[in-house]
Amino acid sequence: MANAPVTTRVDGPIEPVRPDDLRPEGKGLAGRIADVASHGPLYVILVLIGIFWMLPAIGLLVASLRTAAANADSGWWTALGNPSQLTLDNYQSLLANPVIQRAFINTVLITVPATLLVLFFAAMAGYAFAWIRFPGRDVLFLVVIGLLVVPLQLGLIPIARLYNQLGIFGSIVGVVLFHVGFGLPFAIFLLRNFFAGIPRELMEAARMDGASEWRLFFRVVLPLGIPALAALAVYQFLWTWNDLLVGLVFANSNSQPITVAIREQTRQFGANIDIISSGAFLSMVIPLIVFFAFQRYFVRGLLAGSGK
Amino acid sequence: MAEIELEGVWKVYADGTEAVKDLTITVGDGEFVVFVGPSGCGKTTALRMIAGLEEISAGKIRIADRVVNDVPARDRDVAMVFQNYALYPHLTVRENIGFGLKLRKMDRAVINERVNHAAEILGITELLDKKPKALSGGQRQRVAMGRAIVRQPEAFLMDEPLSNLDAKLRVQMRAEVLRIQQELGVTVVYVTHDQTEAMTMGDRVAVIRGGILQQIAAPQVLYDNPVNLFVAGFIGSPAMNIVEAKITRKGDVLTATFGSTELTLGDQVLSHHPDLERHIGESVILGIRPEEMEDAATVGGPVKGATIDATATLVEKLGSEILVHFEVDAPRVVTDDVRELVEDIGAITSEDLGKAAATNVSEFVAMVSPRSVVDKGTAITLNVDTTRLHFFDVETGIALGGLRATGKTGPPHSHGLVATHEQNPETEGDST
Repeated sequence: MANAPVTTRVDGPIEPVRPDDLRPEGKGLAGRIADVASHGPLYVILVLIGIFWMLPAIGLLVASLRTAAANADSGWWTALGNPSQLTLDNYQSLLANPVIQRAFINTVLITVPATLLVLFFAAMAGYAFAWIRFPGRDVLFLVVIGLLVVPLQLGLIPIARLYNQLGIFGSIVGVVLFHVGFGLPFAIFLLRNFFAGIPRELMEAARMDGASEWRLFFRVVLPLGIPALAALAVYQFLWTWNDLLVGLVFANSNSQPITVAIREQTRQFGANIDIISSGAFLSMVIPLIVFFAFQRYFVRGLLAGSGK
Repeated sequence: MAEIELEGVWKVYADGTEAVKDLTITVGDGEFVVFVGPSGCGKTTALRMIAGLEEISAGKIRIADRVVNDVPARDRDVAMVFQNYALYPHLTVRENIGFGLKLRKMDRAVINERVNHAAEILGITELLDKKPKALSGGQRQRVAMGRAIVRQPEAFLMDEPLSNLDAKLRVQMRAEVLRIQQELGVTVVYVTHDQTEAMTMGDRVAVIRGGILQQIAAPQVLYDNPVNLFVAGFIGSPAMNIVEAKITRKGDVLTATFGSTELTLGDQVLSHHPDLERHIGESVILGIRPEEMEDAATVGGPVKGATIDATATLVEKLGSEILVHFEVDAPRVVTDDVRELVEDIGAITSEDLGKAAATNVSEFVAMVSPRSVVDKGTAITLNVDTTRLHFFDVETGIALGGLRATGKTGPPHSHGLVATHEQNPETEGDST
């Protein structure tokens, strides 16, 4: 009983299911056109905003390629209709200036160590705050976070006096140390949060694999932290390179960075557009290269550690 | 390869939480021991203490006759396979597997040879140059195993290594892990909350609850002779049916009565459970495994004195067998063990449980032959194999007689929590 044969009957041929049938709302050509059309105004607005934002920079670039006389004579946009007035004279005279040459080198000598030192110390401190248990760790980290809000202007006078006593006022070392000091809180904060996001099991696995604390740091934590380290490097590099205030206060004429040197080139009277525009662009070139080279990391790294 | 000994090991956290209490277990050389228990029972903590990832609050842990309490994880010479695999995302599979050897400054040629050999064992040779993110869950699992294999450690520690895999892959990897363990003859301590995994993989299984070892024995011994209600309820699926029953003797005949059911207990029962003698005229907790009941209609009619008459409230036809749910007119047993188990499973709350106890109804499940024609709402007579009944003390939940029928009863102060590790040489012999 209850063993009645069960059969499944099919009326008519069975049609295979086509992939298209399974796609819920497949977008045809018409759909895509509609998409662009509906988003079209948005794109136009975005492009306009982009151009509007870039206009001053473009203007500066064009002005830097015109002579002082031409700039005094007419607006930079006239060059768009008459490219023959464009010239590299401004750049030539600027680069031929030994003060500028020296300042360029100074900027590199300040920026590179300031960036590397921040990375070095912040990585180790970030690792310690994230993964090593030591008494007072949380309090200390709170202090670091507190330092984030201390403006560097607050440090100018006390540190100037300190440097005087140490005899490093006016030296490149002084400028570098100042940048490192005020760069560290944010750097530690960023890297600590990034490192804290590394799964605990990964660290434990490395320990089981035989890694000492030191090896763990260099072989596991640092390689995993590359996105954050790269972002931080770009950030710190740009910050230091573009700095005027710190260089102005702590450097002397032998150690001044390019930002300070360019400012010094300005004439007390009369137009300075030829010097300022070309100098500004000159000092922008390296940061732009760095930024575009590491842009990928920059975006990813700043998001890193903010969430899971 | 080595023995691992835990001797009176405790884990007490700074806030006073006792995660592991007085754990004493010896894992033999080349043995596969599974720690099983509900979540939060301390099994993972115990494993992590063996690994050196967790400090030992009290007691001693020996690996290969060396006390390792103060030895850092990296020097204990044990390898661990993590639940989330914990592969290094920035390294290729080859570098992942060879990482431990590289840290030990081994010769490049030796590393290569060992990695290739491990990859061969695991069947992942063609994946060696990929990064972990390009691998599937099962492949990552194998890489994690490979990382343990190449080290040729004293022991493997595995922390729920298969729980992130889908059901089918899990069954497959289960066999794989066993095969590799047998091929290498390595000592393994394996943690899981899945009793099926524990039963199928372990040479011996340690059932842990609330940080305390309940019983450690071969799977079959755990199944046949659980030392207490907790182990009885935890091992076996569907879980053992339990009900409070009265033991009476009418003339020569011993009976267990619950509700309108009367089961005649033969002489064999008493000889298997000598402790039962002391409970004649009293209530005990009677345990009947679903598998020990059968539809009388499919086995040539009811056996007198060994039947339960019931009406099926739910019938689950699984193909190879049929699960028949029915109600028995006797109060449900609500012990602490049961309450905890129920809460852990999360199916019903302990409040529901209290209500159910008051209604004088216990729910039973029987596993009967697929030839049975039982259906929802139909009456069914079930034959019970009375020689396979389990009896527990109402107060303590400790099994009456059973495994330790030789007279040595459990310590009266413990709540039915008896560790029987002293007996493992015998029990192991039984299983293999």
